[in-house]
Amino acid sequence: MAVVETRSLRKKFGATPAVDGIDLVTGEGEYLVLLGPSGCGKTTLLRLIAGLEQPSEGDILIGGQVVTRLPPRARQIAMVFQSYALYPHKTVSANISFPLAAAGVPREQRPEMVRWAASRLGIDHLLDRRPRQLSGGERQRVALARALVREPQVFLLDEPLSNLDAKLRSSARDELKEFQQRVGVTTIYVTHDQVEAMGLGDRIAVLNEGRIQQIGTPDEIYHQPANTFVATFVGSPPMNLLTRDGKLLGFRPEEFLPVAAAGERPGQVTFDFAVTRVENLGSDRYVYGHLPDVDAEAKVIAKLPSTVATPVTVGDRVPFAVNGADLRYFDQKSGARAAAGNATVTP
Amino acid sequence: MTATDPPAGEITLGARRNRYLLDRERVLGPALMAPAIVYLLLVVAYPLVLAFVYAFSDVTTGSQSLHFTGFKTFIAAVDDPVFLTTLRNTFVITATSQVLVVVLSTVLAFVLTAKFRGRWFVRFLILMPWTTPVALSAVIWLWMLDSIFSPFDWFAQLLGVVPPGGHVVFLGQSGLAMGSVIALQTWRILPLATVILMAGLSAIPADISDAAEVDGAGFWRRLFGITLPLLSPVITVALLFGIVFTFTDMAVVYILTGGGPGNATQVLSSWAFYKGINGGNLGVGAADALIMFPVLLGLAAIMLRMASRAEVS
Repeated sequence: MAVVETRSLRKKFGATPAVDGIDLVTGEGEYLVLLGPSGCGKTTLLRLIAGLEQPSEGDILIGGQVVTRLPPRARQIAMVFQSYALYPHKTVSANISFPLAAAGVPREQRPEMVRWAASRLGIDHLLDRRPRQLSGGERQRVALARALVREPQVFLLDEPLSNLDAKLRSSARDELKEFQQRVGVTTIYVTHDQVEAMGLGDRIAVLNEGRIQQIGTPDEIYHQPANTFVATFVGSPPMNLLTRDGKLLGFRPEEFLPVAAAGERPGQVTFDFAVTRVENLGSDRYVYGHLPDVDAEAKVIAKLPSTVATPVTVGDRVPFAVNGADLRYFDQKSGARAAAGNATVTP
Repeated sequence: MTATDPPAGEITLGARRNRYLLDRERVLGPALMAPAIVYLLLVVAYPLVLAFVYAFSDVTTGSQSLHFTGFKTFIAAVDDPVFLTTLRNTFVITATSQVLVVVLSTVLAFVLTAKFRGRWFVRFLILMPWTTPVALSAVIWLWMLDSIFSPFDWFAQLLGVVPPGGHVVFLGQSGLAMGSVIALQTWRILPLATVILMAGLSAIPADISDAAEVDGAGFWRRLFGITLPLLSPVITVALLFGIVFTFTDMAVVYILTGGGPGNATQVLSSWAFYKGINGGNLGVGAADALIMFPVLLGLAAIMLRMASRAEVS
């Protein structure tokens, strides 16, 4: 177990910075998720920490030691790749024992360690197979076992779930979380999927254009977004944003409910919601429209759970309300979180 | 429309049927394959059948008569004291040059897939021998190894291997002549093997070498534990091509040494040519050439099997 730290880390490919000044410190044994859209630099950041790329500027520390110029094998890290990168010509058992051989573990000790790692991931029965004979989920477990076997200081996971089908993905997510809690190793996990990020991370670092937009617990990221990028990137559907008195007013679709259903609550703000479209998704209803009294241009989405039975018809103007405390304000220019000022909406 | 009117719809449909003739795979397939099959029948199958007929007969360039003689021609061909020498030379030249090709092309493929300035120019230089006709490059090498004008002599003189003004007779001593033939074969096949291996190298996913690096493997372990095993099917393909091209080649020996000194560098194919064409004994020449046939048949079988396996996986 070790703390990973980056100090004003920069990586340029040609003239474009992929990672643009990142300062990051993980906790001991923490599960840190790097979340961002494709091309935001999250995989490059992970590869820099692994030592597969050399930074243009800045330093990387693992367990308090500067490892910036050290090759990957000197960093005591293990990495799981998006493609799993299993060695196709080796059996599962040989795949798992490869890091042991590289680390100079005596030959007679290896089989037992391989069995130990395999049993932790429930793949004991696959040891003699070759990667191409395995399913996607099994390959992922082999990759994890290979990462686990020499008890690294840090786990680096690069979108390990993205090659699995949707059904398998949620069960694999469960297993990953449980697995990390059992081994308790500091883990850095890269994903573009906010559901994975919210579900797995002790903390999430949201990245965009090579910079950290916000770092915090899933709850902070979701409820206290630092800027409009985080507010709209996290959450599905994204946070509604409306212009009002030079500020941006934001609230989450699920916080926006018909007055008829929510009842009159103290401190709630009511708007007339001009409904243009209703989508019934079974568990939820998405209601699309706009608020003519605030910002007739901005599109607004309300997410009503199926427990809310209030009839909503296209073309109607329905009174919808949001809790005053759930309103966030952002600076219109920079997009950063701001005080409400004149833009305050009062009940 | 009356009952005597022709069924208009069917007529247009019938006319269209011919227009779509080439859309039918049963027609299009054979039509596209036909030229290649005709070519192979004329240029490969016909001479091959002729070679078999000759090899079992007493035909010579001097007589028009052709009598079936069974295996007598083969026995005569094998009985020749030079035959064993040519057989041994063929195998020695093929084996030695192809071992060199595999080692050198692997190294070259690694060098040329690395990123460095002027890479395209070095690649171009390496590929040059492949674009040169064998006969032409053999003539160039004939001059390079000339007993009086050889530039290699200058280096030999500089290094003090021969006295100043002295010469190395490359093609006049059996050992050096064999070495020269092997060197030329290696030089000739190297570009093809290198290109095949470069393609193979770039097909190995970058993730796999990255994974090996993170897993703690140093350069040699990555090379011998991961890269070379993954490259081995491609190396085999390059090797098979190299063996076939070297085993059957007669131009290099014919132009460079003429099989000499004596018959020290004579190979099966050049020997077959000397016997059959220059010597006029068509039957024995054909028999000499056909002795290569089982070896080539085996190689072809391995190649076809590898190709079909590559298709499946």
